[in-house]
Amino acid sequence: MAMLEIKDLEVYYGMIQAIKGVSFQVNEGEIIALIGANGAGKTTILHTITGLIAPKKGSVIFEGKDITKVPAHKIVSLGMAHVPEGRRVFAQLTVYQNLKLGAYTRSDKNGIEETLKEVYKRFPRLEERKNQIAGTLSGGEQQMLAMGRALMSRPRIILMDEPSMGLSPILVNEIFDIIQSVSAAGTTVLLVEQNAKKALSIADRAYVLETGNIVMSGEASVLMDDDSIRKAYLGE
Amino acid sequence: MSFLSYLINGISLGSVYAIIALGYTMVYGIAKMLNFAHGDVIMIGAYVTLTAMTSLMAPTIPAILLAIVVCTVLGVVIERVAYRPLRNATSPLAVLITAIGVSYLLQNIALLVFGANTKSFPSVVQLPALSLAGGNLVISSLTLVTILACIVIMIGLTLFIKKTKAGQAMLAVSEDRGAAQLMGINVNGTIALTFAIGSGLAAIAGVLLCSAYPSLTPYTGSMPGIKAFVAAVFGGIGSIPGAMIGGILLGVIEIFGRAYISSQMADAIVFAVLIVVLLVKPAGLLGKKIQEKV
Repeated sequence: MAMLEIKDLEVYYGMIQAIKGVSFQVNEGEIIALIGANGAGKTTILHTITGLIAPKKGSVIFEGKDITKVPAHKIVSLGMAHVPEGRRVFAQLTVYQNLKLGAYTRSDKNGIEETLKEVYKRFPRLEERKNQIAGTLSGGEQQMLAMGRALMSRPRIILMDEPSMGLSPILVNEIFDIIQSVSAAGTTVLLVEQNAKKALSIADRAYVLETGNIVMSGEASVLMDDDSIRKAYLGE
Repeated sequence: MSFLSYLINGISLGSVYAIIALGYTMVYGIAKMLNFAHGDVIMIGAYVTLTAMTSLMAPTIPAILLAIVVCTVLGVVIERVAYRPLRNATSPLAVLITAIGVSYLLQNIALLVFGANTKSFPSVVQLPALSLAGGNLVISSLTLVTILACIVIMIGLTLFIKKTKAGQAMLAVSEDRGAAQLMGINVNGTIALTFAIGSGLAAIAGVLLCSAYPSLTPYTGSMPGIKAFVAAVFGGIGSIPGAMIGGILLGVIEIFGRAYISSQMADAIVFAVLIVVLLVKPAGLLGKKIQEKV
């Protein structure tokens, strides 16, 4: 059974239909990439999954439970964390305060400390800068903070929206290495990316989104060799 | 010695403005709205205290506690009924106009329930005055209690925001509602809590204000409400220390203006200072610079 299942999702912004009946699944342990051009509806889908937007039709099933109508603030305690587009760290707060807010729904003090240590181990730069105001971090560090903050809830699945956005190629590689190691540590990953090449290089499977529809799907390695994908998304 | 005595009275009046301004600034910072009914919650708090003391013969402290409870509930109800339905309204003016409407509603309810006659308010502080410098400087106990209350509230609020989960949730909501929700923070609950705290503080301010200026009418809250709003803008709206500093400066300017320049012009001087400050520092004394999102 799929860990996360999206069924016939339709989302509207006013009169405009942004998502036109999208279905896909994420199995436990996978890295799934959702690729597509700007405006294809990738972010909308993530926002619908975590309850920031309500769909008009369709459902979101997480670990066998229908979470379509669960409000956004109750999602994280179910085991699903969302690293939003543009990182959206709390810019006026310190790195440490940001990380603590990531564990907002947890009350196991010792467990939180342990997770904090794990996050610092994964992102040593966050520990170095734990008392720094998040708004003064570089883009790459803010991305690490956003990911660390999401990991503080100890999610079983993590949704990542454009983690490569605005980062230098070296940092993009670093961030993708971290995504792979998060996945290797047992967290399922749903990755939304415009950088299709990078996304396909680490994903198990991928779905290609075009103006609100899934137009292609399959093994990431197969899609990588597909001519139309290479032309449209890999710039070859 | 009169200078010192004016200064202390100014700080005391400013402390009341500061306590009211905290309500304005917290609600603005977290709910992103100007609650123009805030001043009228002060008036309700004063009426509840007065009624409890005179009609129910309640002792002072329980009467004040009752007023705090009533105002806290009132604040939460106003937010739930009048403001929350408009939270996602296209125009921010909708909620602003509603707040003005709520302000008139509260004034008219008070008019119906308590009547239009001015009621005299008993001082809630019955301690002897403090006499310093061989009797040249006399500070009333109410003045001291007011300043003390302001300090205690300031420290308490700062600790609450720094040390508690609910306080951190407030900071998160004030910065980014969506991201706060993704952390598992209930945004509606956090905003309701903000209104509860602000309105509870308004009750305290109402009691202190009416003890110092003991005439109570249904319109008692509106002028201090506006001045506290000015104080909040003056200090930098959204900033808690800003509200404190803005409130106290405003009180001092008002008392000095009244004493040394003209008692009729005191309010005009207060607003003139605000205009000058905003021309020089548009975000207020401690206001946050508006940051571009990268």
